[in-house]
Parts: sequence; structure tokens; C-alpha cells
Amino acid sequence: MTKEERFQNRIDQDLKIEPKDWMPEAYRRTLVRQISQHAHSEVVGMLPEGNWLTRAPSLRRKVALLAKVQDEAGHGLYLYSATETLGTPRDETIDDLLAGRAKYSSIFNYPTTSWADIGAIGWLVDGAAILNQVSLTRTSYGPYARAMVRICKEESFHQRQGYEIMLTLCRGSAAQKAMAQDALNRWWWPALMMFGPHDTESTHTEQSMKWKIKRERNDDLRQRFVDMTVPQADYLGITIPDPHLRWNPDRHHYDFGEIDWEEFWKVVKGFGPCNRERLEARRKAHVEGAWIRDAAEAYARRQSEMKKAIA
Amino acid sequence: MELFEVFIRSRNGLHHKHVGSLHAPDHEVALENARDVYTRRNEGISIWVVRSKDILASNPSEQEALFEPARDKIYRHPTFYNLPDDVKNI
Ligand SMILES: [Fe+2]
Ligand SMILES: [Fe+2]
Repeated sequence: MTKEERFQNRIDQDLKIEPKDWMPEAYRRTLVRQISQHAHSEVVGMLPEGNWLTRAPSLRRKVALLAKVQDEAGHGLYLYSATETLGTPRDETIDDLLAGRAKYSSIFNYPTTSWADIGAIGWLVDGAAILNQVSLTRTSYGPYARAMVRICKEESFHQRQGYEIMLTLCRGSAAQKAMAQDALNRWWWPALMMFGPHDTESTHTEQSMKWKIKRERNDDLRQRFVDMTVPQADYLGITIPDPHLRWNPDRHHYDFGEIDWEEFWKVVKGFGPCNRERLEARRKAHVEGAWIRDAAEAYARRQSEMKKAIA
Repeated sequence: MELFEVFIRSRNGLHHKHVGSLHAPDHEVALENARDVYTRRNEGISIWVVRSKDILASNPSEQEALFEPARDKIYRHPTFYNLPDDVKNI
């Protein structure tokens, strides 16, 4: 058996691959790309929600949103750590993001223009992310799978707090309900896009499925999301903006309309409503935070010199 | 910044268990960061942080040499010994 065959054998037996195990270069590269994109998404994902931290309508909403945003920072860290186990230094990964070479989930390139967007994000965006992440708890690379388990535990409150916001708005005044409907109108299609292109169009899907980096296909996850979410929208009494959406009793699934792929690719390629703004915000935070990192290093150096001098 | 590994004792009486890693300039800051990142929901009552470079890990390619010798020593397990069912409390 060749090295490659032995490797595939382990994967086929559902054995996890650990950092020091031999792995094909392409497996390593695919993982570095996927996990670092996932990490960047967690970090950039803090920005649209951070926009509403100071304007949350009550202290209860504010502590919840703050805790959620803080969790996303943690998720970013778990995933940067997992990337690092593959031999890519953290600075390099972060530089890739700041230089605009790396991708992150396009959903965060849409603006949060009303408080209802915070509800819609928790409900739909975290909802979609959870489906994807639950499936990735079974991914073949050990550190990635373990990070996913941790993240999934923390995610469940994110979606619930979002839905609670939507529920409160939908039970409020006509104007509040209209806000909720408007948020659903704007976030529904970008949320469906989160699952990526059709598997027939996706260049990575088959190899990633074989390596068990990916455990479920984009279209299957998307269908599950639609099936899960439609009754939740019905309960809220608001309408999903898709004239083709209807229950199909033969398939036992909802049929739904086609995504605007032109918009999808436009945002992926950097021309969404907020791509520039998001990257600028990240760069600014990185530059303005540099003195803290420098001071911490200088302090640590001084401390160790002092300890040596005493000893 | 250096890489640290974080270990957490989740409850009294249990072992510390590896939970992940983080970057910090020194042990003190690593401990504080570990508190913020890994114990936001009462996940632990005690934290260890260790510089990753101070850990020596066994090499996966030496797995057989290291662990194979224990495999055939079934006499190290209680089930190896045959006793009649009538004998109790043993
Ligand atoms: Fe997250
Ligand atoms: Fe989340």
C-alpha cells in the first residue's frame, strides 16, 4: 500500500487525522484554506453585529448581543489555532485576510440597517452556520472536528436569541412587524447563499467528500435549512420572499426558487455592499491594536529579565 | 507571541484535560486569556497553561514500536484469569 492509500484507508475507517500524521499536501492545503476562511468569517462576522452593540434597545438585549459577539471572537481563535496545527503561522493567515487575499463568508458583506437585522442574523445566519458546523463535527481532521464541537455548544444560544428578537418584533406594533418582514426580505437569499454553489458547480466538493473534510453536500444542507426554517417563519407570521416556495408532498421537502447566482459571484469576488468597509474595519483594528501587542511583549521581556537578574 | 496549550479541570476530582491553544507573550497573560476564551460558561475550576514548545510528543510513525509491546500482554488484564463462578467478591 502506498502512503496515499494508507491515508485514504484511515479516512474510510472514520479514523481522525491528527497534526503530526502524514497527509497529502493537497489535503493539508484544502484544510488550511477551509479552516482559515471559517476563522475569518467568525472574526469579520463580529462587525455587522457590533454595529448595533451600543444601540441595543434594552440592557437584556445588549448583554446577549455582547456575549454572542464575544463568542464569535472565541470561535475565530479556536479556528486560527486549528489552522496553525497544519503548519501555517497565525500571522501569515491574518495577513492574508488583511491583504484581501483570503475569503470569508459573503453573508457578512451585507449591511445591518435596522435592529431587526440582529434578529434575522441570529435566526437565519447563525441557523445556517449551525447546520454546516454540526455536519463538520464529523470532519476527518481532529483539531477541526474538536473546534466544531466546542463551537456548536456555544452557537445554540445565538440562534435562539435571534429568533426571540424576531418573535418580540412580530408580536409588537405593525411598524415593528414590518421591520421584521423587511429584515427577512433582505437576509433570506444571502442566508441560502451561505451553503455555497450547487454541488454540480462546486470544484472542491467531490474530493472534499472523499477526504471527509466535508461531510454533507451544499444542496442537501441548504434543503435542510429551508425545511427547518419555513415553519419558523410561519410561526412568526412573516413571509419568505420566494414565490416558488411550496411544500412538495412527493419529495417530502419544500421546493424553492433559484438563487441569484450573479449576485452570489459578485459578492464573492469582492463587489458586495460592504466588502471594502469590512476589510478596512479589520485593518484599522489590527493597526490600532498593535501597541497593545507590542506592550505585552515588552512587558513579558522585562519580567523575564528581572527574574533572571534576581536568580 | 508564543503558542500555549491550555488544560482545564472541569470539576473537582477530575483530571485536567487539553482544551485548545492560544497566543500570549508570557504565562501570566496566557492564563488570563485562557480564562476569557475557554471558561466563559463555567467550564472549569482550574487552568494549566504550558508553552507548546516545552511539550515533547510521541511520533505517530513510532506508534507500533511504542505501543505494540503492550498489545499481546493479555495477562495484564483481570479477564485473563479463569475462576469458577462460585467464587464471589473477586
Ligand atoms: Fe460562530
Ligand atoms: Fe454564532
